[in-house]
Amino acid sequence: MRRDIFQAIADPTRRAIITLIALHAMTPNAIADNFNTTRQSVSKHLRILTECELVKQEQKGREIYYSLEIQKMKEIDKWLDQFRKIWETRFNQLDKVLSTIKKQKK
Amino acid sequence: MKTDLQFDFTVDKAKKTVYITREFDAELPLVWDAFTKYEYIDQWIAPKPMTSRTKYQDFKVGGKRFYAMISPDGQERWAIQEYTSITPKTNFKMYNAFADKNENPELPGSEWDHTFSEENGTTKVNIVIYNESLERMERILDGFTQGMKMSLSNLEHLLATLSKKQPSFKKL
Repeated sequence: MRRDIFQAIADPTRRAIITLIALHAMTPNAIADNFNTTRQSVSKHLRILTECELVKQEQKGREIYYSLEIQKMKEIDKWLDQFRKIWETRFNQLDKVLSTIKKQKK
Repeated sequence: MKTDLQFDFTVDKAKKTVYITREFDAELPLVWDAFTKYEYIDQWIAPKPMTSRTKYQDFKVGGKRFYAMISPDGQERWAIQEYTSITPKTNFKMYNAFADKNENPELPGSEWDHTFSEENGTTKVNIVIYNESLERMERILDGFTQGMKMSLSNLEHLLATLSKKQPSFKKL
């Protein structure tokens, strides 16, 4: 996983792009039509998303279409779920510590 | 012991923030101690088979806790926490960063905010963690999965040893 993936999805425009192309593949021009920003700026956002492998490009005739890498998004969730497990283990250990202290204090 | 204790874990990827809520079947002063006194912290903060060892702790604003997470093979990962705000038995905040064994922090770190409340003998703790970078979260995870793998390979060894012994049983 690329290291700055959080950075990639932290930007509101990039999140909006992700939402847009989640429905269907779009060309950079079609994506840019949805924003009050330059085509260059949209291209920059698409490049960052591509580098993080969150979107993929597909050449169709003369046009390049961008679409979402659903699998990659799922990977992020799976990856984050491991943190949840760490905390679950921690807190189960803390439950035991607390019950031990309670017994000692009685 | 109560079994219906609340546990919520959510990640706001856009805000690079983790929100954790957990209830404990204990009165607030006890839970507060478990989160703020190193003798207790070391007993639960490291998910097994990792262990935690605090070198020193000074629980006051501007004070620090310098500690290591130790993997089963003895590898130490040092980190330093600086307490930035303390409201006794209500809230404390700290800044957590990886460090080398000479207490030199590696920035950026993460900001931690703990809030405690009690109702009918059950104490609720809300933790908010803001991570400056994903790389940092990856490193945390790396450390822990390494520890887990170590214990798994120990188990594999044990199983391999046991299964080698089995044919001799057959001979008997």
